[in-house]
Amino acid sequence: MAAEALGGLALGALLVVPPFLPPYFLEVLISVMLFGYLGAAWNILGGYAGQFSFGHAAYFGIGAYTSTLLFLRFGVTPWLGMLAGGVLAAAFGLGAGYLSFRYGLRGPYFSLVTLAFAEMLRVITVNTKAVGSSLGLVIPNREAAPANFVFAGKLAYYYVILAMVLAAVWITWRVARSKLGYALLAIRENEDAAEASGVDVLGMKLRAMAISSLLTAFGGTFYAQYFAYIDPTITFGPSVSIQGLLQAIVGGAGTVLGPLVGAFVLTPVSELSRAAIRGRAGVDVMLYGLVLILVISFLPKGVMGWVSRWR
Amino acid sequence: MTLLDVDCVTKHFGGLTAVSRFSLSVAPGEMVGLIGPNGAGKTTVFHLLSGFHTPTEGDIRFKGVSVVGVKPHAICRRGLARTFQIVQPFMNLSVLDNVMIGAFNRAAEVAAARRRAVDVLDFVGLGARRDVPARELTLPDRKRLEMARALATQPEMLLLDEVMSGLNPTEIDEIIRLIRQIHAQGVSLLIIEHVMRAIMALSQRIVVLHHGEQIAEGRPQVVARDPKVIEAYLGDET
Amino acid sequence: MTADLLLQGIVSGLLLGGVYGLVACGLSLIFGVLRIINFAHGAVMMLAMYTTYWLFALCGIDPYLSILITAPLFFLVGMLIQRTVIEPNRFAAEHNQLLLTLGLALFLENLALVLWQGYFRTVRPTYAGASFMVGEALVEVPRLAACGAAIVLAVVLFAFLRTTDMGKAIRAVSEEPEGAMLMGIDIGRIRAVAFGIGSACVAVAGALVTPFFYVAPDVGESFNLMAFVVVVLGGMGNFVGALFGGFIVGLAESLGATLLPGSLKQLIVFALFVLVLLLRPAGLFGGGRGR
Repeated sequence: MAAEALGGLALGALLVVPPFLPPYFLEVLISVMLFGYLGAAWNILGGYAGQFSFGHAAYFGIGAYTSTLLFLRFGVTPWLGMLAGGVLAAAFGLGAGYLSFRYGLRGPYFSLVTLAFAEMLRVITVNTKAVGSSLGLVIPNREAAPANFVFAGKLAYYYVILAMVLAAVWITWRVARSKLGYALLAIRENEDAAEASGVDVLGMKLRAMAISSLLTAFGGTFYAQYFAYIDPTITFGPSVSIQGLLQAIVGGAGTVLGPLVGAFVLTPVSELSRAAIRGRAGVDVMLYGLVLILVISFLPKGVMGWVSRWR
Repeated sequence: MTLLDVDCVTKHFGGLTAVSRFSLSVAPGEMVGLIGPNGAGKTTVFHLLSGFHTPTEGDIRFKGVSVVGVKPHAICRRGLARTFQIVQPFMNLSVLDNVMIGAFNRAAEVAAARRRAVDVLDFVGLGARRDVPARELTLPDRKRLEMARALATQPEMLLLDEVMSGLNPTEIDEIIRLIRQIHAQGVSLLIIEHVMRAIMALSQRIVVLHHGEQIAEGRPQVVARDPKVIEAYLGDET
Repeated sequence: MTADLLLQGIVSGLLLGGVYGLVACGLSLIFGVLRIINFAHGAVMMLAMYTTYWLFALCGIDPYLSILITAPLFFLVGMLIQRTVIEPNRFAAEHNQLLLTLGLALFLENLALVLWQGYFRTVRPTYAGASFMVGEALVEVPRLAACGAAIVLAVVLFAFLRTTDMGKAIRAVSEEPEGAMLMGIDIGRIRAVAFGIGSACVAVAGALVTPFFYVAPDVGESFNLMAFVVVVLGGMGNFVGALFGGFIVGLAESLGATLLPGSLKQLIVFALFVLVLLLRPAGLFGGGRGR
């Protein structure tokens, strides 16, 4: 009962407070939401199915580039472009996933191959003039055009990403309570036992991959529209992949709220560290590394795992 | 009609022949024992039956349809379930969740799976422990859990791989009782076991495997006196 | 592609391949004994390169001579890392151990970024530009020296593992940890030593490449990825395979550079990587662990 009340209060705050926040805090909150969203998307494949992808940047990048290119070259509204990007990313994810799972890649080998796929996409993008190569793509003309996913102030973007986060959390919750959710947990725990118990391991993993890659791609489109600039390193680079998994691991992989909680923990760490040591790039990521080590060592089930011991 | 038909199955692993021209039929409702010295190939046979390995030669038919090349989960769907020699519970899941995974083999929804799982847990005697994480169970309880999870899949035939190993005599008696109850429910059984009194008590028929080949088959008392069988066990004790 | 370009590609590829091989030997050793894929491997190499740089810039010590300092230093650093971060978590789930080394990599790379910032530094000893021709191919002396030293070190390491007691103990632990424990081998110490040796290998590799590679916080990343490819190619835990794998990857990258423009050469390496992972996960030379 207390948990529900707390949750309702938090949700209310997220809905009502932001219009009154100073711009800096609103920006940070948007970052929290975006990272939490990416974490939630990763969580379905990584936390629930136990397949630790180190290359989710592939889907983020496909989403970002697809919607942006459709918009810049053909005037297609990014709202539709987002869907197109999602479908493309899901197709890529299913392809990469099918190859990996069908050939029995598990654990670290799966992680490495996903990393390789993301890197391949990055290298291809860097070397393709038609998509801007390493100069990237700029979305010009920042006049408000909601139909084209361009808003005047940051507040609107905040509500968009909030809606996306809530949707992602809801989807995670529904999956967790479904037959698919149970199957994914079984796969995470013991693939062979799951297979012997009638779980279509390959099929279920692919399902998780499809959902995960689709959602991640939507995040890529949001990023493109919010920041109005993308390039191969930002979108296909390892830092995006790491950001996603970090939120989920720290917050609690395999839990519904874990990624969002993780984002609320990590983003302040990042902001505070950068404020404390100005002018030195990398302080925040350095702390991320430290936090990751500490979480794995002392709180392997993340914050939510630790919280659940008290309930 | 036979339920399970193993037709002259051979399995090579590189240069090693694990199973050689093995044939076996199990009729519906039978309880058959599979014994043999260590390394005879018994678990390999189970892997072949359940789809984890593919025979190099020969065919395996379940309910008249070949299962060669069929994935393990699909074989389970068809009604052939198994346990593992070293128990494989889903450690971080509760006892109930463990069994629900098996129940989903037939149930399409969570509620139905949960109902089935609860019934099966009560049947094997783990009902009171349904919310305990599997990692906290004792070995005998883990064995029950493994059997419960396999039973929840509603199999027509169950392969039990050395469920008695590591159990004390009292626990063995309990498992023997449980297996008899499972059999009474109409499930056919193929049981690998080293605990002789258990296999003698349970089996209607025993098949003996040695170096991947079948060396004897028949009623328990007959097989126990077969000189080839005695030789196989004694010969391996040098 | 002309014969000249081909020859140059082969020469360059083999020379750098030797270094990749040394890096991979260290990674392979760590995997063989500890069963973890050390994501922080490249970061250690980067730290060694900075150490070489500072020794050169501040004390005027020649990069090759500084190996006498760097190798034992990073052997100890490796043992320290293993003891403090990895050993306490040796019973953690496999994916968690992977994340541990990832966290370490993030920490070390960005520590370097914070301390020394991102701009490139170079180590330019007097012989940095020395070179000679082999037919139509240019051979740069530092690259040749690096390759030669890498091969020598790999051979020494191989001999160490084969002939010394410590080496045999390491091999025992990597093949059969429980059996080794029953024989009275101190597994914990072996694990620390193995990580130390692996780190020393990659540190030496780092020192060897400073005359012709820039020094920056992210330089370890590309070697990291190459090392993974090499180790998968050569077979995880297969030492000799790592060295040969290094040459293959070096060649693939170099020939890829002659065929494809820009950084597309990396595609060849990644494609090779993916293919090997999918089709022959035990490595081209086998003997490695599978998936």
